[in-house]
Amino acid sequence: MIGESLQIALRALTANKLRTALTMLGIIIGVGAVIALLAIGQGASAAVESRFSALGTNTIYVVPGQQNTGGVRSAAGSAQTLSLDDAEALAAAQLPAVVAIAPERTFFGQIIVSGVNTNARIAGTTPAYQDVISFYPASGEFFTDQQVEEKALVAVLGQTTATNLFADSDPIGQTIRINAGGGASVNLRVIGVMQPKGGTGFTNRDDQVLVPITTALAKLQNARTATGAQQIQQIDVKARSSNDVNLAVEQVTAFMTERLRNPDAFQVRNVQDQIDAQKEASDTLTILLGAIAGISLVVGGIGIMNIMIVSVTERTREIGIRKAVGAKQKDILLQFLMEALVVSVFGGLLGIGAGIGTSYLVEGQSLNGQEIQTVIAPASIVLAFGVSAAIGLFFGIYPASRAARLNPIEALRYE
Amino acid sequence: MITLRDITKRYHMGEFEVHALRGVSLDIHDGDFVAIMGPSGSGKSTLMNVLGCLDVPTSGSYLLDGIEVAGMSEDELATVRNRKIGFVFQSFNLLPRMSAIEQVELPLSYARTPNRRQLSMAALESVGLGQRMFHKPAELSGGQQQRVAIARALVTQPSMILADEPTGNLDTQASEEIMGLFTRLNEQGITVIFVTHEPEIAAHTRRILTIRDGLVQSDRANTPVRPEQPDDVTVRTHTHAAAPSANGAAAATPAVSGSPSHDR
Ligand SMILES: Nc1ncnc2c1ncn2[C@@H]1O[C@H](COP(=O)(O)OP(=O)(O)OP(=O)(O)O)[C@@H](O)[C@H]1O
Ligand SMILES: [Mg+2]
Repeated sequence: MIGESLQIALRALTANKLRTALTMLGIIIGVGAVIALLAIGQGASAAVESRFSALGTNTIYVVPGQQNTGGVRSAAGSAQTLSLDDAEALAAAQLPAVVAIAPERTFFGQIIVSGVNTNARIAGTTPAYQDVISFYPASGEFFTDQQVEEKALVAVLGQTTATNLFADSDPIGQTIRINAGGGASVNLRVIGVMQPKGGTGFTNRDDQVLVPITTALAKLQNARTATGAQQIQQIDVKARSSNDVNLAVEQVTAFMTERLRNPDAFQVRNVQDQIDAQKEASDTLTILLGAIAGISLVVGGIGIMNIMIVSVTERTREIGIRKAVGAKQKDILLQFLMEALVVSVFGGLLGIGAGIGTSYLVEGQSLNGQEIQTVIAPASIVLAFGVSAAIGLFFGIYPASRAARLNPIEALRYE
Repeated sequence: MITLRDITKRYHMGEFEVHALRGVSLDIHDGDFVAIMGPSGSGKSTLMNVLGCLDVPTSGSYLLDGIEVAGMSEDELATVRNRKIGFVFQSFNLLPRMSAIEQVELPLSYARTPNRRQLSMAALESVGLGQRMFHKPAELSGGQQQRVAIARALVTQPSMILADEPTGNLDTQASEEIMGLFTRLNEQGITVIFVTHEPEIAAHTRRILTIRDGLVQSDRANTPVRPEQPDDVTVRTHTHAAAPSANGAAAATPAVSGSPSHDR
């Protein structure tokens, strides 16, 4: 009986191919959009996760607090309160939950290699940086404490920067010229290239030039805190283990409060909190994208209902004939429901194909400078398919039951 | 066996009420061959629809084989239409996209009967359309389409065939063929009731009912015009005594082919 209804449905649908195709298109777009947008949203979540875990989840950051001028609060990190001395004192304190500490002074500058200019991020730090974020040279070597002491004119390149500047030739031993603005300009000798680390955008550790912090402060960007100390933007702290992160945060906070005598002058953040916050944001994005796609799926369903109502009206006489020869209400109901289901289920299957196809097409494309990453969760396929079948049922049931309830004589008389 | 008592049918047309049937009482026995005549708008189609269980009367009693039909649900009526009644329409009412054989299979599929193909082929052959089984309605003449409709009506082996102006859209030649079929079916014991405006078509039957203004105006016996089998003519009165002679004769009568020739 189901098989027969299916046959009748296929016959009716193929009799009106263009209309069927257009109706199906609504569902195809809806399901395709759900799958593709969920894939993009989940890809974004995965990217956040991998970007931050590349930084190491047992890393803690000390950043300046919010600036507070005339009652106007600006963003965290904007105050100029953190100094190199603070970083050194924190290291000297040998807090029990902390194993390594590295200061960071980061800025953008122009890098000139054999007459070609590029802009890159320059980060001044110390050798401890390697241990703090588990990040080591792939070739050559990192600068030493000695070189930091001497304000040596040396640089270690991130993987991406090395490729950008030197393409295939070996950068080690080459000279780069850094133009940090304000007339400051120095030649640095490349002594190492870091291993790839991953991460994108602002946290991309592969696209930067590492220099000794003293070199950065003395020769490139001489910034001072209000008290005249050498200003840095961040202190990277490595906790003893990921279990000790909270303890380390407590100890660092206590130490810095004691030292700066102002709990608002700094903030201590850990990577896990950042992952959570970012994930929350990208999950919200996923839900939003899914909801938008869901709306198009509902619109597709309304398209089915619309066409089914037209189809029932057009075929009133057919319904009358079928009833006259003995079709019961459920026979007619099943016939039209099957039609709606065939459209929605076939549309759903094609939509899954379209969604997966779209996901592959946009994978790796860049949107606003961000590389799009997609993750097709099997659950989203099952969900989209289930929803499209349910939509067929839901939007088919009204026209089908309208057909089933037709009075045979009135239906036969319909012109 | 049909027993109608005081059947009325009213239609509401906005503020108006149309009394299509005003109290029809009649009996139709198994094996009867009845023509219903009457002026346009007199209620013939309404009566046929009630008899065919396509429509329900406003009041009155309709016993079909001793079972009250008047109070049946839609689905029960569908079963009655499917099992006991074959309905033939003036406008054939075939489904445009289906071949003849599929049209005939339709009632069997709703009855969930096995060997549909075989039964349908036999039905089409019996109406002389063995060569046209896979043609769609558009590829058939009016007479052939009506024969497909008759095959569809009789494929479930109903006890009666109802036809509302079955020859209304056909020329004389095709009309004669259809009447030949009905005569033959009646001879096989099937009750045949049809509506017609043409006295020469009605002349094929044994009983002529005239409807006027929703009431039975006259109900008289007729001597069927059947030149081939003059012996078989049985005059019956409207007291509706059972007619064993008709059925008895039918058993011995070989099936007549689709186009009998008549002398009138
Ligand atoms: N669905 C309906 N709604 C309202 N009035 C109707 C309906 N069907 C029939 N009637 C009315 O009922 C009356 C009987 O109609 P019916 O169709 O039975 O006549 P008929 O004898 O078959 O006529 P004809 O010979 O023209 O086919 C007519 O007055 C008609 O207008
Ligand atoms: Mg009529």
